[in-house]
Amino acid sequence: MSVELVGLALLMGLVTYPARAIPLLALGIERLPAPVIEYLRLIGPATLAALAALGALFPTDAGGHVQFHVGIEVVAVLACAAVTAWRRNLLLGMVVGVGLVALVRAVHLG
Amino acid sequence: MDEAPSADPAGRPATTSGSGWTVPASRRRLAIDALGITLSAFAFGVVYGLSARVHGFSIVEALAMSVFVLAGASQFAAVGLLAQGLPWLAIVGLTSLLNARHLLYSAALAPWFAGRSRLHRAAAAHVLTDETFALALPHFRRLGRFDAGGYWLAAGLVVVPWIAATLTGFIGGELLPDTRSLGLDVVFPAAMAGLATALITGRRELVAAAAGVAIGLPVALLTQTSLGIVAGGVCGPLVAMLLPRRGDEAGVEANTVTAGPV
Repeated sequence: MSVELVGLALLMGLVTYPARAIPLLALGIERLPAPVIEYLRLIGPATLAALAALGALFPTDAGGHVQFHVGIEVVAVLACAAVTAWRRNLLLGMVVGVGLVALVRAVHLG
Repeated sequence: MDEAPSADPAGRPATTSGSGWTVPASRRRLAIDALGITLSAFAFGVVYGLSARVHGFSIVEALAMSVFVLAGASQFAAVGLLAQGLPWLAIVGLTSLLNARHLLYSAALAPWFAGRSRLHRAAAAHVLTDETFALALPHFRRLGRFDAGGYWLAAGLVVVPWIAATLTGFIGGELLPDTRSLGLDVVFPAAMAGLATALITGRRELVAAAAGVAIGLPVALLTQTSLGIVAGGVCGPLVAMLLPRRGDEAGVEANTVTAGPV
């Protein structure tokens, strides 16, 4: 059994870890000025919204390829956000969004 | 369902936040929110495991990627790039670019980790993924403080299925139904959108989210999606901070900061 690519996995992990760890391990993170705290507080909604939008607009196919595509995925994500905001229930929102996509694909519209 | 904060059924003193959430109630909400995300991670992991086997990875190599890298997009990219004969150096370089967005997650979570040991922070950093961040941040904000159990619950609900799915996909991925026909490829962006709405509590958050999308999209179109996410996450808050703060929002913000760990 080949283990050659374990080395590559280690290297990839090694270059990923600093991005995950440096701010968490930084000294004095608990004594930041108020505007910086406010900025950090706003990263959450900005990043999650960008992840949602780009995830819907750039789907990954079975081969791992990413391509820009405007389709039912965008409607599903908006529906999920709307239902989640309305009912305060993420699971229900996801059921609506995913169900919509499955339905549309089942009737070969998407 | 908007789960009401409840008493700890085991009779332990349930810590209640300023917003009325107890730790057990908020963890239950986290676990419910994670259901779809776990399913999505599993489905994506199965496809990755199958793809790795098809492209000549051994099972140890496929699992090593899931354990050491723990980032789906870059793992998929590595499989494809290796198949195209790219050298390791190029793949490692691309990985650092693809995973640069974790810097934002780490920065946003860092104030909540104040007072935690370096070892705890260092270990927590390794399991900081898109999904861990998306589940942990609303949990901390519900409670108004850090909760180590909640963080590791969030991480476990993502990491364990991801590794198990890699194995499942490698061994028998071709036997499983097409996840795309079931709409499971939409679970991840839908979950991120839903979790973003939970963080939108005022004008500034709304503008940060809208600006994150508006800035991220053209950057993604011109470069790649990962850079678009970074651009949206970095610049969206800056745009939001240009908004003058309302009196009531200032009060909310002050409460958030004083109730939080900073």
